[in-house]
Amino acid sequence: MATTPTDPSPRVRVVLAEVARSKTAGHTRVELEEQSQIGEALVRGLVRTQLALALRLAAVVAVGLGALPLLFAVAPAVARARPFGIALPWLLLGVVAYPFLVVVGWAYVHLAERTERDFTELVERPEK
Amino acid sequence: MNPYALPAVVAVTLATVGIGAYGLRLARTTSDFLVASRMVSPTWNAAAIGGEYLSAASFLGVAGLVLKHGVDVLWYPVGFAAGYLALLLFVAAPLRRSGAFTLPDFCEVRLHSRPLRKLATVFVLFIGWFYLVPQLQGAGLTLQTVTGAPYAFGAILVGGVVTANVALGGMRAITFVQAFQYWLKLTALAVPVFFLILAWQHDGRPALAPDATTFIRPTTVELEHAAVLTLTGETTLQVRGEIDGARVDGTVDVLAGEHTVGAGSALRFPQGAAVPKVSGVSSSSGRAWLLPGGEGGHGLFATYSLILATFLGTMGLPHVLVRFYTNRDGAAARRTTLVVLALVGLFYLLPTLYGVLGRVYVPQLLMTGESDAVVLLLPSAALGSGVLGQLLGALVAAGAFAAFLSTSSGLLTSVAGVLSTDVLGHGSVRDFRKAAIVAGLVPLVLALRVSGLDVSQVVGLAFAVAASSFCPLLVLGIWWRGLTAAGAAVGIVVGGGAAVGSVLFTVLSRPADDGWVAALLAQPAAWTVPLAFAVMVVVSLATRHRVPRNVGATMLRLHAPDALRL
Repeated sequence: MATTPTDPSPRVRVVLAEVARSKTAGHTRVELEEQSQIGEALVRGLVRTQLALALRLAAVVAVGLGALPLLFAVAPAVARARPFGIALPWLLLGVVAYPFLVVVGWAYVHLAERTERDFTELVERPEK
Repeated sequence: MNPYALPAVVAVTLATVGIGAYGLRLARTTSDFLVASRMVSPTWNAAAIGGEYLSAASFLGVAGLVLKHGVDVLWYPVGFAAGYLALLLFVAAPLRRSGAFTLPDFCEVRLHSRPLRKLATVFVLFIGWFYLVPQLQGAGLTLQTVTGAPYAFGAILVGGVVTANVALGGMRAITFVQAFQYWLKLTALAVPVFFLILAWQHDGRPALAPDATTFIRPTTVELEHAAVLTLTGETTLQVRGEIDGARVDGTVDVLAGEHTVGAGSALRFPQGAAVPKVSGVSSSSGRAWLLPGGEGGHGLFATYSLILATFLGTMGLPHVLVRFYTNRDGAAARRTTLVVLALVGLFYLLPTLYGVLGRVYVPQLLMTGESDAVVLLLPSAALGSGVLGQLLGALVAAGAFAAFLSTSSGLLTSVAGVLSTDVLGHGSVRDFRKAAIVAGLVPLVLALRVSGLDVSQVVGLAFAVAASSFCPLLVLGIWWRGLTAAGAAVGIVVGGGAAVGSVLFTVLSRPADDGWVAALLAQPAAWTVPLAFAVMVVVSLATRHRVPRNVGATMLRLHAPDALRL
């Protein structure tokens, strides 16, 4: 992959107290901002993690909902089941599908925010 | 005729204009106009997104399709809701962080290509206008059904109010309007359902899925066009018009079998008579309605194609994306999307009930084919034409108007936004107002010229085009570094172009045969979406040297957590 051309580093105002802190805290942040190889690798890792998460949850929906038409076609007996007196396909598509989608969405928001928290901690962690 | 319907419709329209005017006082800058200055809270924003999204297709069309076709079309509402999940998983947060306000903006931010930007503009206009036409048609149909006004009147009313409101108030105004309209739509379907179920209990719970649908009360059906009726049993009819070639004005015993009926004839069916099948009006009955599977081999194909179009099309609809820019940051965009998913899902529990109860109380719609009117007619059909039935009927009509007004406002804002920045001017408030007027006139003219299309089906085709053009652009643009402007452009032209071609062919020529070719064109998403993805990837790989130089910085911007403030 082509590395980005080295831009002249931007001018930075130096405050001594910040220098002291940045030695311990800001190192990874600089790697990200300057898109060094380490910074690039970190971003790639983050993107891959988030994409894997999204794909996993999409797969849950693809199996949970997407398999239904095939299931009904292959096993018509399933389609004729009547739990609670309502035909199963109507119950699944008319009612159950919606809370199912919301639960998957909630899980995604929860997990994606956790990934981002982990990443933020990694970047801002003081280096010993 | 319902005396409360017109006042209710007028009240909704006035409330829309009134809240819009209130927002107008707050809208001072270009930023207010376009993105409400990002001061909209997630809850308001979610209700506004929901209000904007639930269109005529959701409010009227879904129930109409359920009435006609049964369980197979439940994939429409499921897909309309699941589209927000796909949006949440793959697009919401990074898109907000990209800072793109429209799809053409996204092309520019991610791939720095002016020609691609122009191409995206063309598709935004096509999808936006194609989606606006059925909203205006729904408005015409609704006013015609509840007040007897001519079809053009409702279409012009909604088109005019929305164009004026958007041109004057912009985004800030319509955020409040649409949040209000979400709750109005939910109420307008939820309150009558409660009474409808009571009425159904009171009537001794007539079977919801009998083998043969029957008239629960003596019912007069007027057939606009000449048709062939297929009766399943001997029936005593009161006829005023022409049957089997003879003019009749009185009672006739009609045997089972096929009978021709002249245009404009009125037939009165006795209580308990089976609802005959009418030529030219497609509907399912008995087991085909109750159980999934559709007709033959391409039923399954059509189902999967529909699933793909609706699941992936939502993210490519122009009015949906505009809304994301009004969130504070990426995390807020995600949370907003989740709330929208819940709100939209809650709403979609209701239209199915209208479709199912419609078979019991307004089966004549299966003969006239005007199934989109089921939501409007059901309250008075089930509860009688007393005050309660009429009030609930007026409430439903008001909700339907809220649906047309809000979706049209959202679509018009986004179409006008694109027009004003990319075609007619440079994005000033003046340009935006001019663009809003142009953007509103085009679909109005189309809606007045074309009529009689199934609202949900037309909207479904718009989803197919969005899924085959913008969905791959967004997904690959956000997650894959290798995308090039050339790859994106060729992918949109091939995938989106194939979908547009199929859509136009289906809508314009309405193919009569049920072969595989017709099935492939009627529900194109199953082949056009993979095609678009494949072409985008292959052409991008072939033009690898033209990957934007700063793709690393763009990826960082799209995906870095908001808390880092990079």
